[in-house]
Amino acid sequence: MSLAVRVIPCLDVDNGRVVKGVNFQNLRDAGDPVEMAKVYDAEGADELVFLDITASSGDRETTYDVVRRTAEQVFIPLTVGGGVRTAGDVDKLLRAGADKVGVNTAAIARPELVREIAERFGRQVLVLSVDARRCPEGTSTPSGFEVTTHGGRRGTGIDAVEWAARAAGLGAGEILLNSMDADGTKDGYDTEMIAAVRKEVAVPVIASGGAGGLGDFAPAVASGADAVLAASVFHFGDLRISQVKDALRQAGHPVR
Amino acid sequence: MSKRVVVFDYGFGNVRSAERALAHAGADVEITADFDEAMNAHGLLVPGVGAFAACMRGLTEARGDWIIGRRLSGGRPVMGICVGMQVLFSRGVEHGVETAGCDEWPGTVEPLHAPVVPHMGWNTVKAPQDSALFAGLDAEARYYFVHSYAVRTWELEPAEHLRAPQVTWSHHGEPFVAAVENGPLWATQFHPEKSGEAGARLLRNWLETL
Repeated sequence: MSLAVRVIPCLDVDNGRVVKGVNFQNLRDAGDPVEMAKVYDAEGADELVFLDITASSGDRETTYDVVRRTAEQVFIPLTVGGGVRTAGDVDKLLRAGADKVGVNTAAIARPELVREIAERFGRQVLVLSVDARRCPEGTSTPSGFEVTTHGGRRGTGIDAVEWAARAAGLGAGEILLNSMDADGTKDGYDTEMIAAVRKEVAVPVIASGGAGGLGDFAPAVASGADAVLAASVFHFGDLRISQVKDALRQAGHPVR
Repeated sequence: MSKRVVVFDYGFGNVRSAERALAHAGADVEITADFDEAMNAHGLLVPGVGAFAACMRGLTEARGDWIIGRRLSGGRPVMGICVGMQVLFSRGVEHGVETAGCDEWPGTVEPLHAPVVPHMGWNTVKAPQDSALFAGLDAEARYYFVHSYAVRTWELEPAEHLRAPQVTWSHHGEPFVAAVENGPLWATQFHPEKSGEAGARLLRNWLETL
Protein backbone atom coordinates (compact mmCIF):
# COMPACT_ATOMS: atom_id res chain seq x y z
CA MET A 1 0.00 0.00 0.00
CA SER A 2 1.58 3.22 -1.04
CA LEU A 3 0.51 6.59 -2.28
CA ALA A 4 0.40 6.92 -6.08
CA VAL A 5 2.46 9.53 -7.87
CA ARG A 6 -0.04 12.03 -9.17
CA VAL A 7 -0.02 13.05 -12.81
CA ILE A 8 -1.57 16.49 -13.16
CA PRO A 9 -2.40 18.35 -16.34
CA CYS A 10 -2.36 22.12 -15.92
CA LEU A 11 -4.73 24.22 -17.97
CA ASP A 12 -3.81 27.86 -18.36
CA VAL A 13 -7.13 29.61 -18.71
CA ASP A 14 -7.51 33.00 -20.35
CA ASN A 15 -11.03 34.40 -20.53
CA GLY A 16 -12.60 30.96 -20.31
CA ARG A 17 -10.31 29.29 -22.85
CA VAL A 18 -7.26 27.06 -22.37
CA VAL A 19 -3.98 28.49 -23.59
CA LYS A 20 -0.33 27.59 -23.18
CA GLY A 21 2.75 28.94 -24.82
CA VAL A 22 6.49 28.58 -24.51
CA ASN A 23 7.62 30.44 -21.41
CA PHE A 24 4.17 31.96 -21.06
CA GLN A 25 4.54 33.96 -24.26
CA ASN A 26 3.16 33.30 -27.79
CA LEU A 27 -0.04 31.91 -26.30
CA ARG A 28 -1.88 29.33 -28.39
CA ASP A 29 -5.52 28.35 -27.94
CA ALA A 30 -5.87 24.70 -26.97
CA GLY A 31 -9.56 24.41 -26.21
CA ASP A 32 -12.46 24.62 -23.84
CA PRO A 33 -11.41 23.99 -20.22
CA VAL A 34 -14.52 22.03 -19.25
CA GLU A 35 -14.24 19.70 -22.23
CA MET A 36 -10.52 19.27 -21.66
CA ALA A 37 -11.09 18.54 -17.98
CA LYS A 38 -13.53 15.76 -18.93
CA VAL A 39 -11.06 14.28 -21.41
CA TYR A 40 -8.24 14.33 -18.86
CA ASP A 41 -10.47 12.81 -16.20
CA ALA A 42 -11.40 10.00 -18.60
CA GLU A 43 -7.72 9.51 -19.47
CA GLY A 44 -6.80 9.02 -15.84
CA ALA A 45 -5.58 12.42 -14.65
CA ASP A 46 -5.25 12.33 -10.85
CA GLU A 47 -6.02 16.01 -10.37
CA LEU A 48 -6.50 19.10 -12.48
CA VAL A 49 -4.97 22.54 -12.13
CA PHE A 50 -6.52 25.64 -13.66
CA LEU A 51 -4.25 28.63 -13.76
CA ASP A 52 -6.25 31.76 -14.50
CA ILE A 53 -3.71 33.92 -16.31
CA THR A 54 -6.02 36.85 -16.82
CA ALA A 55 -7.16 36.90 -13.22
CA SER A 56 -5.33 40.01 -12.09
CA SER A 57 -6.51 42.16 -14.95
CA GLY A 58 -10.20 41.62 -15.31
CA ASP A 59 -13.53 40.28 -14.35
CA ARG A 60 -13.31 36.88 -12.68
CA GLU A 61 -16.88 35.77 -13.19
CA THR A 62 -15.81 33.84 -16.29
CA THR A 63 -13.37 31.88 -14.15
CA TYR A 64 -15.96 31.08 -11.47
CA ASP A 65 -18.30 29.90 -14.20
CA VAL A 66 -15.63 27.64 -15.73
CA VAL A 67 -14.81 26.23 -12.26
CA ARG A 68 -18.49 25.68 -11.51
CA ARG A 69 -19.17 23.88 -14.78
CA THR A 70 -16.04 21.76 -14.42
CA ALA A 71 -16.84 20.71 -10.86
CA GLU A 72 -20.31 19.63 -11.94
CA GLN A 73 -18.88 17.11 -14.39
CA VAL A 74 -15.50 16.04 -13.09
CA PHE A 75 -15.09 14.11 -9.84
CA ILE A 76 -11.39 14.46 -9.20
CA PRO A 77 -9.66 17.24 -7.24
CA LEU A 78 -9.48 20.63 -8.89
CA THR A 79 -6.94 23.30 -7.96
CA VAL A 80 -7.46 26.85 -9.18
CA GLY A 81 -4.79 29.54 -9.04
CA GLY A 82 -3.99 32.88 -10.57
CA GLY A 83 -4.62 36.29 -9.08
CA VAL A 84 -5.64 35.04 -5.65
CA ARG A 85 -4.96 37.94 -3.27
CA THR A 86 -7.22 37.53 -0.25
CA ALA A 87 -8.97 34.90 1.85
CA GLY A 88 -12.15 36.24 0.23
CA ASP A 89 -10.87 35.20 -3.21
CA VAL A 90 -10.20 31.72 -1.81
CA ASP A 91 -13.72 31.56 -0.42
CA LYS A 92 -15.25 32.41 -3.81
CA LEU A 93 -13.21 29.77 -5.64
CA LEU A 94 -14.02 27.09 -3.07
CA ARG A 95 -17.70 27.96 -3.28
CA ALA A 96 -17.54 27.74 -7.09
CA GLY A 97 -16.25 24.18 -6.71
CA ALA A 98 -12.46 24.31 -6.41
CA ASP A 99 -10.98 21.85 -3.91
CA LYS A 100 -7.68 23.66 -3.56
CA VAL A 101 -6.48 27.15 -4.36
CA GLY A 102 -3.08 28.16 -5.66
CA VAL A 103 -1.47 31.27 -4.20
CA ASN A 104 1.65 32.84 -5.62
CA THR A 105 2.58 36.54 -5.86
CA ALA A 106 0.25 37.81 -3.15
CA ALA A 107 1.92 35.51 -0.61
CA ILE A 108 5.37 36.80 -1.57
CA ALA A 109 4.19 40.35 -0.93
CA ARG A 110 2.47 39.34 2.31
CA PRO A 111 3.40 35.91 3.73
CA GLU A 112 0.77 36.24 6.47
CA LEU A 113 -1.81 35.55 3.76
CA VAL A 114 -0.70 31.90 3.86
CA ARG A 115 -1.50 31.67 7.55
CA GLU A 116 -4.82 33.48 7.16
CA ILE A 117 -6.00 31.09 4.44
CA ALA A 118 -4.79 27.99 6.29
CA GLU A 119 -6.48 29.05 9.53
CA ARG A 120 -9.78 29.81 7.86
CA PHE A 121 -10.05 26.93 5.38
CA GLY A 122 -7.48 24.37 6.52
CA ARG A 123 -4.02 23.86 5.10
CA GLN A 124 -5.25 21.18 2.70
CA VAL A 125 -6.83 23.85 0.45
CA LEU A 126 -3.65 25.87 0.06
CA VAL A 127 -1.18 25.15 -2.72
CA LEU A 128 1.74 27.55 -2.65
CA SER A 129 2.92 28.13 -6.19
CA VAL A 130 6.60 29.03 -6.44
CA ASP A 131 7.98 30.30 -9.76
CA ALA A 132 11.70 29.76 -9.24
CA ARG A 133 14.87 29.96 -11.29
CA ARG A 134 18.58 29.48 -10.91
CA CYS A 135 20.13 32.75 -9.80
CA PRO A 136 21.38 34.70 -12.82
CA GLU A 137 25.06 35.60 -12.96
CA GLY A 138 25.99 38.28 -10.50
CA THR A 139 23.24 37.38 -8.01
CA SER A 140 22.99 34.65 -5.42
CA THR A 141 20.87 33.07 -2.72
CA PRO A 142 21.95 30.38 -0.22
CA SER A 143 20.36 27.59 -2.29
CA GLY A 144 21.25 29.06 -5.67
CA PHE A 145 17.55 29.31 -6.58
CA GLU A 146 15.45 32.45 -6.39
CA VAL A 147 11.76 33.24 -6.45
CA THR A 148 10.55 35.19 -9.48
CA THR A 149 7.39 37.12 -10.30
CA HIS A 150 5.75 38.28 -13.52
CA GLY A 151 5.97 34.91 -15.24
CA GLY A 152 9.65 34.53 -14.43
CA ARG A 153 10.71 37.86 -15.81
CA ARG A 154 11.51 39.49 -12.48
CA GLY A 155 13.81 38.17 -9.81
CA THR A 156 12.99 38.90 -6.18
CA GLY A 157 16.27 37.90 -4.55
CA ILE A 158 14.26 35.63 -2.20
CA ASP A 159 15.73 32.15 -1.75
CA ALA A 160 13.26 29.73 -3.34
CA VAL A 161 14.02 26.84 -0.98
CA GLU A 162 13.78 29.03 2.13
CA TRP A 163 10.52 30.50 0.87
CA ALA A 164 8.98 27.08 0.27
CA ALA A 165 10.01 25.93 3.75
CA ARG A 166 8.72 29.11 5.37
CA ALA A 167 5.40 28.89 3.56
CA ALA A 168 4.97 25.25 4.59
CA GLY A 169 5.56 26.38 8.17
CA LEU A 170 2.95 29.12 7.79
CA GLY A 171 0.35 26.63 6.59
CA ALA A 172 0.81 25.80 2.91
CA GLY A 173 -0.43 22.24 2.40
CA GLU A 174 1.54 21.64 -0.75
CA ILE A 175 4.24 23.30 -2.88
CA LEU A 176 3.83 23.65 -6.65
CA LEU A 177 7.41 24.15 -7.74
CA ASN A 178 7.66 25.63 -11.20
CA SER A 179 11.09 25.97 -12.79
CA MET A 180 11.01 29.10 -14.92
CA ASP A 181 14.28 28.05 -16.58
CA ALA A 182 12.83 24.72 -17.67
CA ASP A 183 9.29 25.91 -18.39
CA GLY A 184 8.45 25.51 -22.06
CA THR A 185 11.82 24.01 -22.99
CA LYS A 186 10.68 20.35 -22.97
CA ASP A 187 14.20 19.50 -21.75
CA GLY A 188 13.02 17.88 -18.52
CA TYR A 189 12.26 19.02 -14.99
CA ASP A 190 14.90 20.83 -12.93
CA THR A 191 15.67 17.82 -10.72
CA GLU A 192 18.29 19.68 -8.66
CA MET A 193 15.73 22.29 -7.71
CA ILE A 194 13.20 19.59 -6.78
CA ALA A 195 15.78 17.80 -4.61
CA ALA A 196 16.78 21.04 -2.90
CA VAL A 197 13.18 21.85 -1.95
CA ARG A 198 12.35 18.23 -1.00
CA LYS A 199 15.24 18.24 1.47
CA GLU A 200 13.79 21.19 3.41
CA VAL A 201 10.03 20.72 3.01
CA ALA A 202 7.83 17.96 4.49
CA VAL A 203 4.63 18.81 2.61
CA PRO A 204 3.95 17.35 -0.86
CA VAL A 205 5.91 18.85 -3.76
CA ILE A 206 4.48 19.06 -7.28
CA ALA A 207 7.16 19.30 -9.99
CA SER A 208 6.35 21.67 -12.82
CA GLY A 209 8.13 23.04 -15.88
CA GLY A 210 10.12 21.27 -18.55
CA ALA A 211 8.25 18.03 -19.24
CA GLY A 212 8.91 17.02 -22.84
CA GLY A 213 9.36 13.26 -23.15
CA LEU A 214 8.25 10.13 -21.34
CA GLY A 215 11.66 9.82 -19.75
CA ASP A 216 11.34 13.15 -17.94
CA PHE A 217 8.84 12.12 -15.25
CA ALA A 218 10.57 9.38 -13.26
CA PRO A 219 13.70 11.50 -12.55
CA ALA A 220 11.47 14.21 -11.04
CA VAL A 221 9.90 11.63 -8.73
CA ALA A 222 13.28 10.12 -7.90
CA SER A 223 14.40 13.63 -6.90
CA GLY A 224 11.54 13.86 -4.42
CA ALA A 225 8.46 15.07 -6.28
CA ASP A 226 5.13 13.63 -5.06
CA ALA A 227 3.35 14.73 -8.22
CA VAL A 228 4.28 15.76 -11.75
CA LEU A 229 2.53 18.54 -13.60
CA ALA A 230 2.62 19.32 -17.29
CA ALA A 231 0.62 21.36 -19.75
CA SER A 232 1.51 21.68 -23.41
CA VAL A 233 2.74 18.10 -23.88
CA PHE A 234 -0.74 16.97 -22.91
CA HIS A 235 -2.75 19.70 -24.64
CA PHE A 236 -1.11 19.21 -28.01
CA GLY A 237 -1.23 15.45 -27.79
CA ASP A 238 2.53 14.87 -27.64
CA LEU A 239 2.02 12.63 -24.61
CA ARG A 240 -0.99 10.86 -23.15
CA ILE A 241 -1.61 10.63 -19.39
CA SER A 242 -1.65 6.83 -19.64
CA GLN A 243 1.78 6.80 -21.32
CA VAL A 244 3.23 8.93 -18.54
CA LYS A 245 1.76 6.55 -15.96
CA ASP A 246 3.17 3.52 -17.80
CA ALA A 247 6.59 5.15 -17.85
CA LEU A 248 6.39 5.87 -14.11
CA ARG A 249 5.18 2.35 -13.36
CA GLN A 250 8.05 0.85 -15.36
CA ALA A 251 10.45 2.97 -13.31
CA GLY A 252 9.00 1.42 -10.16
CA HIS A 253 6.76 4.26 -8.99
CA PRO A 254 3.17 3.47 -7.96
CA VAL A 255 0.46 5.10 -10.08
CA ARG A 256 -3.32 4.96 -10.11
CA MET B 1 -37.44 5.85 -6.36
CA SER B 2 -34.27 7.77 -5.67
CA LYS B 3 -33.11 8.05 -2.10
CA ARG B 4 -33.27 11.36 -0.29
CA VAL B 5 -29.94 12.37 1.20
CA VAL B 6 -29.18 15.44 3.27
CA VAL B 7 -25.66 16.79 3.09
CA PHE B 8 -25.34 18.38 6.51
CA ASP B 9 -24.43 22.03 6.08
CA TYR B 10 -22.69 23.23 9.22
CA GLY B 11 -20.09 25.44 7.53
CA PHE B 12 -17.18 22.97 7.41
CA GLY B 13 -17.03 20.90 4.31
CA ASN B 14 -17.17 21.04 0.59
CA VAL B 15 -20.92 20.48 0.59
CA ARG B 16 -21.23 21.25 -3.13
CA SER B 17 -18.78 18.50 -4.11
CA ALA B 18 -20.63 16.00 -1.96
CA GLU B 19 -23.96 17.12 -3.41
CA ARG B 20 -22.78 16.81 -7.02
CA ALA B 21 -21.23 13.38 -6.51
CA LEU B 22 -24.29 12.02 -4.68
CA ALA B 23 -26.62 13.40 -7.35
CA HIS B 24 -24.36 11.83 -9.99
CA ALA B 25 -24.68 8.54 -8.09
CA GLY B 26 -28.47 8.81 -8.29
CA ALA B 27 -29.58 10.42 -5.03
CA ASP B 28 -32.05 13.21 -4.47
CA VAL B 29 -29.81 15.58 -2.51
CA GLU B 30 -30.44 18.55 -0.29
CA ILE B 31 -27.84 20.72 1.41
CA THR B 32 -29.24 21.88 4.73
CA ALA B 33 -28.81 21.96 8.50
CA ASP B 34 -32.57 21.90 9.11
CA PHE B 35 -33.38 19.52 11.96
CA ASP B 36 -36.47 17.88 10.44
CA GLU B 37 -34.91 17.48 7.01
CA ALA B 38 -31.74 16.01 8.51
CA MET B 39 -33.74 13.65 10.74
CA ASN B 40 -36.15 12.47 8.04
CA ALA B 41 -33.84 11.95 5.05
CA HIS B 42 -33.06 8.35 4.07
CA GLY B 43 -29.39 9.13 4.57
CA LEU B 44 -27.42 11.87 6.31
CA LEU B 45 -23.98 12.68 4.96
CA VAL B 46 -21.63 14.62 7.22
CA PRO B 47 -18.72 16.19 5.32
CA GLY B 48 -15.85 18.00 7.01
CA VAL B 49 -12.58 19.72 6.20
CA GLY B 50 -10.04 21.68 8.19
CA ALA B 51 -9.42 21.41 11.89
CA PHE B 52 -11.08 18.87 14.20
CA ALA B 53 -11.80 21.47 16.90
CA ALA B 54 -13.37 23.95 14.48
CA CYS B 55 -15.49 21.24 12.82
CA MET B 56 -16.68 19.88 16.13
CA ARG B 57 -17.61 23.37 17.30
CA GLY B 58 -19.54 24.00 14.07
CA LEU B 59 -21.24 20.62 14.30
CA THR B 60 -22.30 21.20 17.90
CA GLU B 61 -23.60 24.70 17.15
CA ALA B 62 -25.75 23.22 14.38
CA ARG B 63 -26.86 20.43 16.79
CA GLY B 64 -25.27 17.97 14.39
CA ASP B 65 -23.86 15.74 17.13
CA TRP B 66 -27.34 15.37 18.58
CA ILE B 67 -28.94 14.74 15.17
CA ILE B 68 -26.35 12.04 14.43
CA GLY B 69 -27.03 10.39 17.80
CA ARG B 70 -30.80 10.53 17.34
CA ARG B 71 -30.62 9.06 13.84
CA LEU B 72 -28.36 6.23 14.98
CA SER B 73 -30.67 5.37 17.90
CA GLY B 74 -33.39 4.87 15.31
CA GLY B 75 -31.11 2.87 13.01
CA ARG B 76 -31.13 5.60 10.36
CA PRO B 77 -28.01 5.70 8.16
CA VAL B 78 -25.30 8.33 8.65
CA MET B 79 -22.09 8.63 6.69
CA GLY B 80 -19.10 10.78 7.69
CA ILE B 81 -16.40 11.91 5.28
CA CYS B 82 -12.85 13.03 6.14
CA VAL B 83 -13.07 15.25 9.25
CA GLY B 84 -16.75 14.26 9.21
CA MET B 85 -15.47 10.76 10.03
CA GLN B 86 -12.88 11.94 12.53
CA VAL B 87 -15.41 13.81 14.70
CA LEU B 88 -17.33 10.55 15.19
CA PHE B 89 -14.52 9.32 17.46
CA SER B 90 -14.07 10.16 21.13
CA ARG B 91 -11.46 12.84 20.74
CA GLY B 92 -9.07 14.71 18.47
CA VAL B 93 -5.63 15.96 19.44
CA GLU B 94 -4.24 18.92 17.50
CA HIS B 95 -1.10 20.80 18.54
CA GLY B 96 -1.28 18.97 21.88
CA VAL B 97 -4.80 20.22 22.59
CA GLU B 98 -7.53 17.63 23.06
CA THR B 99 -11.07 18.23 21.78
CA ALA B 100 -14.03 15.97 22.54
CA GLY B 101 -15.73 14.39 19.53
CA CYS B 102 -19.17 12.80 19.08
CA ASP B 103 -17.93 9.66 20.85
CA GLU B 104 -19.84 7.23 18.63
CA TRP B 105 -16.64 5.15 18.55
CA PRO B 106 -13.84 5.07 21.10
CA GLY B 107 -10.56 6.27 19.70
CA THR B 108 -8.30 9.23 19.16
CA VAL B 109 -7.62 11.27 16.05
CA GLU B 110 -3.90 12.06 16.13
CA PRO B 111 -1.18 13.44 13.84
CA LEU B 112 -0.19 10.96 11.15
CA HIS B 113 3.49 10.05 11.31
CA ALA B 114 4.93 10.00 7.80
CA PRO B 115 7.82 11.67 5.99
CA VAL B 116 5.45 13.74 3.85
CA VAL B 117 2.29 15.16 5.42
CA PRO B 118 -0.51 15.95 4.52
CA HIS B 119 -1.21 12.49 3.13
CA MET B 120 -2.43 13.89 -0.16
CA GLY B 121 -3.40 11.82 -3.16
CA TRP B 122 -4.63 8.43 -4.29
CA ASN B 123 -4.02 5.42 -2.10
CA THR B 124 -5.24 1.84 -1.90
CA VAL B 125 -7.08 0.33 1.07
CA LYS B 126 -7.47 -3.06 2.67
CA ALA B 127 -11.18 -3.73 3.13
CA PRO B 128 -12.74 -6.76 4.82
CA GLN B 129 -13.89 -9.41 2.32
CA ASP B 130 -17.58 -8.98 3.06
CA SER B 131 -17.53 -5.19 3.13
CA ALA B 132 -20.72 -3.72 1.65
CA LEU B 133 -19.14 -0.29 1.23
CA PHE B 134 -16.37 -1.65 -1.00
CA ALA B 135 -18.52 -4.23 -2.81
CA GLY B 136 -17.49 -4.54 -6.46
CA LEU B 137 -14.29 -2.57 -5.95
CA ASP B 138 -11.03 -4.47 -6.39
CA ALA B 139 -7.95 -4.26 -4.19
CA GLU B 140 -6.16 -2.12 -6.76
CA ALA B 141 -8.79 0.64 -6.59
CA ARG B 142 -7.48 3.95 -5.29
CA TYR B 143 -9.24 6.68 -3.33
CA TYR B 144 -8.40 10.34 -2.82
CA PHE B 145 -7.08 11.25 0.63
CA VAL B 146 -6.21 14.68 2.05
CA HIS B 147 -5.46 14.69 5.76
CA SER B 148 -2.74 15.20 8.34
CA TYR B 149 -4.54 13.48 11.22
CA ALA B 150 -5.89 9.95 11.48
CA VAL B 151 -7.15 7.21 13.77
CA ARG B 152 -4.15 4.94 14.19
CA THR B 153 -5.70 2.44 16.61
CA TRP B 154 -9.17 0.89 16.42
CA GLU B 155 -10.27 0.65 20.04
CA LEU B 156 -13.80 -0.70 19.98
CA GLU B 157 -13.88 -4.05 21.76
CA PRO B 158 -15.91 -6.76 20.03
CA ALA B 159 -19.17 -7.54 21.84
CA GLU B 160 -20.72 -11.00 21.82
CA HIS B 161 -24.25 -10.04 20.88
CA LEU B 162 -23.32 -7.44 18.24
CA ARG B 163 -22.00 -7.78 14.74
CA ALA B 164 -18.40 -6.65 14.70
CA PRO B 165 -17.81 -3.38 12.80
CA GLN B 166 -15.92 -3.69 9.53
CA VAL B 167 -12.78 -1.63 9.60
CA THR B 168 -10.84 -0.79 6.44
CA TRP B 169 -7.22 0.25 6.71
CA SER B 170 -4.80 2.22 4.60
CA HIS B 171 -1.13 3.06 5.07
CA HIS B 172 0.91 6.25 4.83
CA GLY B 173 4.01 6.11 6.98
CA GLU B 174 1.93 3.91 9.31
CA PRO B 175 -1.42 2.10 9.22
CA PHE B 176 -4.55 4.15 9.87
CA VAL B 177 -8.32 3.66 9.67
CA ALA B 178 -9.53 4.46 6.13
CA ALA B 179 -13.19 3.48 6.55
CA VAL B 180 -15.64 2.00 9.03
CA GLU B 181 -18.99 0.22 8.56
CA ASN B 182 -20.80 -0.18 11.84
CA GLY B 183 -24.55 -0.82 11.56
CA PRO B 184 -26.15 2.40 10.30
CA LEU B 185 -22.95 4.42 10.82
CA TRP B 186 -20.42 4.40 7.99
CA ALA B 187 -17.47 6.67 7.41
CA THR B 188 -14.47 7.21 5.18
CA GLN B 189 -11.25 9.10 5.83
CA PHE B 190 -10.84 9.62 2.08
CA HIS B 191 -13.11 11.65 -0.20
CA PRO B 192 -15.40 9.38 -2.25
CA GLU B 193 -16.87 12.48 -3.88
CA LYS B 194 -13.43 13.22 -5.35
CA SER B 195 -12.39 9.64 -6.05
CA GLY B 196 -13.60 9.36 -9.64
CA GLU B 197 -15.31 6.13 -10.69
CA ALA B 198 -14.25 4.19 -7.59
CA GLY B 199 -15.75 6.87 -5.37
CA ALA B 200 -18.97 6.91 -7.38
CA ARG B 201 -19.32 3.14 -6.99
CA LEU B 202 -18.77 3.45 -3.27
CA LEU B 203 -21.43 6.15 -2.92
CA ARG B 204 -23.86 3.99 -4.92
CA ASN B 205 -23.10 1.12 -2.52
CA TRP B 206 -24.09 3.36 0.38
CA LEU B 207 -27.24 4.63 -1.39
CA GLU B 208 -28.33 1.04 -1.99
CA THR B 209 -28.43 0.39 1.75
CA LEU B 210 -30.68 3.37 2.49
